[in-house]
Amino acid sequence: MSILVGSDTRLLVQGITGREGAFHAQQMQDYGTNIVAGMTPGKGGQTALERPVPVFNTCHEAVSAQGANTSVIYVPAGGAPDAVLEAVDAGIKTIFCITEHIPALDMLKVVHVVEQAGARLVGPNCPGATSVGTAKVGIIPGTIHRPGHVGVVSRSGTLTYEVVEALTEAGIGQSTCVGIGGDPIAGSGFIDILSLFRDDPETNAVVLIGEIGGDGEERAAEWIAANMPGVPVASFIAGRTAPPGRRMGHAGAIISGGRGTAQSKVAALEAAGVRVAETPSQIPQLLLEMGVRAS
Amino acid sequence: MKLQEYHAKRLLLAQGLPVPDYSVAQTVAEAKAAATTYFAAGADRVVIKAQVLVGGRGKAGGVKLAATAQEAEQVAARILGMDIKGTTVRRVLVAPAADIVAEYYLACVLDRAARKVMLMGSAEGGVEIEVVAAERPDAIKQLHAHPLLGLLDHHARRMAFALGLGSTHLREFVTIAKGLYATMIVNDADLVEINPLAIVNTPSGVELQCLDAKVTIDDSALDRHSELEAMRDIAEEDPVDVEAREQGLSFIRLEGNIGCMVNGAGLAMTTMDLIKRAGGEPANFLDIGGGAKHDKVAAAMALILADTHVKAILVNIFGGIARGDEVAHGLVDARRMQERHVPMVVRIVGTNADEAARILSEAGDPDLQTAASLDDAVEKAVAAATAAVVAA
Repeated sequence: MSILVGSDTRLLVQGITGREGAFHAQQMQDYGTNIVAGMTPGKGGQTALERPVPVFNTCHEAVSAQGANTSVIYVPAGGAPDAVLEAVDAGIKTIFCITEHIPALDMLKVVHVVEQAGARLVGPNCPGATSVGTAKVGIIPGTIHRPGHVGVVSRSGTLTYEVVEALTEAGIGQSTCVGIGGDPIAGSGFIDILSLFRDDPETNAVVLIGEIGGDGEERAAEWIAANMPGVPVASFIAGRTAPPGRRMGHAGAIISGGRGTAQSKVAALEAAGVRVAETPSQIPQLLLEMGVRAS
Repeated sequence: MKLQEYHAKRLLLAQGLPVPDYSVAQTVAEAKAAATTYFAAGADRVVIKAQVLVGGRGKAGGVKLAATAQEAEQVAARILGMDIKGTTVRRVLVAPAADIVAEYYLACVLDRAARKVMLMGSAEGGVEIEVVAAERPDAIKQLHAHPLLGLLDHHARRMAFALGLGSTHLREFVTIAKGLYATMIVNDADLVEINPLAIVNTPSGVELQCLDAKVTIDDSALDRHSELEAMRDIAEEDPVDVEAREQGLSFIRLEGNIGCMVNGAGLAMTTMDLIKRAGGEPANFLDIGGGAKHDKVAAAMALILADTHVKAILVNIFGGIARGDEVAHGLVDARRMQERHVPMVVRIVGTNADEAARILSEAGDPDLQTAASLDDAVEKAVAAATAAVVAA
């Protein structure tokens, strides 16, 4: 068991014939992910990947012919909102959108439709999710993991890899690592993923990686206090020294009007019993102190 | 991207919002001419407002009234060229001064938590909304537009009644609130703010008018709004920011002396935090992005070295999409082209890290150290910067 993706994932890759899509689809297949189809309008009838999978013109065909139940999107920003909506329309319930630079007002409509359809979107502008040893969906390098029971959820990409590598080097394995993305309007928030970890029998501790901007970390802290008593949770918040009023790379990473500071997030998490590390390399030690064992 | 007030007002006017007449002047003569016209048309006083993107222009003396054309000339002469928080005032807005009865606040913003557009209003307008929010949160009324249907009449009416404008200005207010929402949607803004939205006495009666406007455009949407991109105020931006944007780099200059080159925004912030924690001062935030190639690395290096305060450089790359060997090649070539040679600490892990290590060691650059971990890299960079400062 794990969350979001695993051995029952039947993956559709939207944009599989593009440069990014083709490269990462191959990486995912090499990791062992069960890719059942690709999709690019106008490329239907072709095949893709070393262990070939059929490419379709529409998501609907990929679902009816191959039983795809999960989708990952590597479509440029102009077409990505429509790609998510097509996947929803085809009945896919778990969708990852890797694409960055999608206008926020487009995403408002998309997340509404996703929610109405009872589907789940992770992203946009996210690295995806890897359930260690069974399925990797997105762009997280497959080599950094070690199987185990710590769930990782993050708003960042490479910072996640940094933390995961530190866990692996300390012998602490992971169940699933999820990047929810750094955009202001996201399909899934920390709480959506935390609740999946809480209900996952294979996950018995969590690492939450946040950054400045918004109040997702504060809301997650409240939720953890109320819903995850006794579960060890460690955290790291990036941007303690970031200047206010400047957007730190991610569209969502900005301190404005005194809101979204690292100090507020750290205080909220600590009040909820979460141990907050000052550096990524401290996280394994904090988990060990909370009783997590190396795997 | 923030817009100047006179651009923001133009966007409001395009959606039919009541914005009183205004002119934009770049010279004292232009300002005087505009004021003369308004006085001739019957204005008692004119207001002259510095057009700058930084906040707090009122406190800095950038907003003044004038009762005669002569006085307007003197005021404009003081404001044009004035320095407001490091920005030189190059334009002023000139408008007839409004006869204000009451001031309100009205804005459309992205509500990240609710994932909807929020209409925010307050009967305490004309002051900084952050202050109102901190001191009297109950004074701020909020409601959400429907994600697909938009801001509807009943939303706008509810806000009007909540602000106490329901009995006298209901229809006007509904039109304004819907126009404000339309301004947000049509322009892909993430903030559209009117502060104050004022009840003013005019010759034709008592009316609601938008006296100041603030608009921020979603950077991710600028590709489909060339007309808004044209409103970008390049002269008010740091030339380094302009250069970085053209190179597709996310770069923010800071005060310190350790230049940073990192892939990924979260990791870049973390690198800065760790430098500070180790007693150093980062000179910049720089995210070279995923899949950064040779030329991008060279451009990033040039940006870092253009800052003469930089005494050491820390390169931190966690290869995923980005390939370590490409970054290493870029670094070595960039070093050859640069005239200014400062100590550099490089940490490259992940995809093709071994190849990267070989390229760096073959370069035989005595001022280039490698580091095994992020903590190690930070320690070495802080030591190198400290040594350079001591030597100087």
